[in-house]
Amino acid sequence: MKELDTVIGEHPFFEGLSAADLDLIAGCGQIAVFRPGQFLLRAGTPADHFFLIRRGKLSLEMTAPGKDPFVFETLSDGDVVGWSWLFEPNVAQFDARSIDDTRVVQFDGKCLRGKCDADPRLGFDLMKRFARKLIQRFADTRLQLLDVYGKRD
Amino acid sequence: MASATSNVGNDASGEPLLPEPWTVLRAARETPDVVTLEIAPSAGSEPRRPRPGQFLMLYVFGIGEVPISVAGLGDRDAVVHTIRDVGAVTHALCQLGPGDTLGVRGPFGTAWPLEHERGRDIVIGAGGIGMAPLRPVVTAIMADRASFDDVVVMYGAREPRELLYTDEFASWRAADIQVEVTVDHADHAWDGHIGVVTTLIRYADFQPNEAAAFLCGPEIMMRFTAQELVQRGVDPRRVHLSMERNMKCAVGFCGHCQLGPEFVCLDGPVFPWPRMERLMAVHEL
Repeated sequence: MKELDTVIGEHPFFEGLSAADLDLIAGCGQIAVFRPGQFLLRAGTPADHFFLIRRGKLSLEMTAPGKDPFVFETLSDGDVVGWSWLFEPNVAQFDARSIDDTRVVQFDGKCLRGKCDADPRLGFDLMKRFARKLIQRFADTRLQLLDVYGKRD
Repeated sequence: MASATSNVGNDASGEPLLPEPWTVLRAARETPDVVTLEIAPSAGSEPRRPRPGQFLMLYVFGIGEVPISVAGLGDRDAVVHTIRDVGAVTHALCQLGPGDTLGVRGPFGTAWPLEHERGRDIVIGAGGIGMAPLRPVVTAIMADRASFDDVVVMYGAREPRELLYTDEFASWRAADIQVEVTVDHADHAWDGHIGVVTTLIRYADFQPNEAAAFLCGPEIMMRFTAQELVQRGVDPRRVHLSMERNMKCAVGFCGHCQLGPEFVCLDGPVFPWPRMERLMAVHEL
């Protein structure tokens, strides 16, 4: 069985993080498995966690009453899901639902926020990592909105 | 260094502007607005054996002519084209059936430089109808699989019903080709990825410094995919993309397809990324 800091260190999201920081972060994490249909995050509920996906697949969804959930992205091995834990008011904006058996490292956001507040260097490093993900997700969303496969008028 | 190889002088008749009659052997509807035609020279017409990446000019008599990339090679002299119904000529082409006659010129343009990339990992990135010009690359790799290392096909479309060649994916995977498919939008009946095609890069198994890439699709999609691949360490000179422009004469006379200093019909349609990178960001072009 691998130690949690080793598991975290092998995940692309934390690539290059020092052993000391990995050890510190691992103190807020735990291994978890979500079965198909289980929710990792529900829109409108407190965003207490984020997740590193080790293996599996999940969907990011928006739900409207009386309609099927609208899936706008799927995430899989090596991805990270959840950033509302980092930003006030710390409320999840979307649903994240497991499609396959999804193996993750689940982090306690409150625990990690506390460590970031106590160690601004670590906090800034984490902020940069999440900002890179946000920028990438933002660019992907713009491409999706462009509907580049449409017919030319 | 690999570069796209020109084949404009391949016109067997020596009359590159003169269409010759070909016959439709087979017509199959791929999606609601996409048809695959297998065509062959009519009696007395010269066979034209194109290479993957090249295009033929297909002429529907009385309506007009369009450039269509090669989507495959059939038995003997037959050529396969997959055509999306987007205008008057392509609409007419999509209505053709077995036995119908059309005019053909070509082949024209540059081919995918697959032979220069032997021994490498191959990344194939396709968007929408852009899968068609890349299908013969997959076929060629399957026929010579041992000459390539890891091979991955990343294919994106707007929605599941617009995906092409889905019945061939199993045979591609059986040839040890990683096939990752994504769509921009889908309901819960779809069990594949949802998201733009660039999101598939992170799931693709390849060594960037050992890889060559072949891209075809909407220009914006190719631009972002090329940028992402280069950022991950792929040599930009080994990123090849197929450009689509308004080819008319197909031999560099008319200038309709000119893109800055390049004639897409003559110098392309397959270009290395460094020759397109700057041009694809020029608004006036």
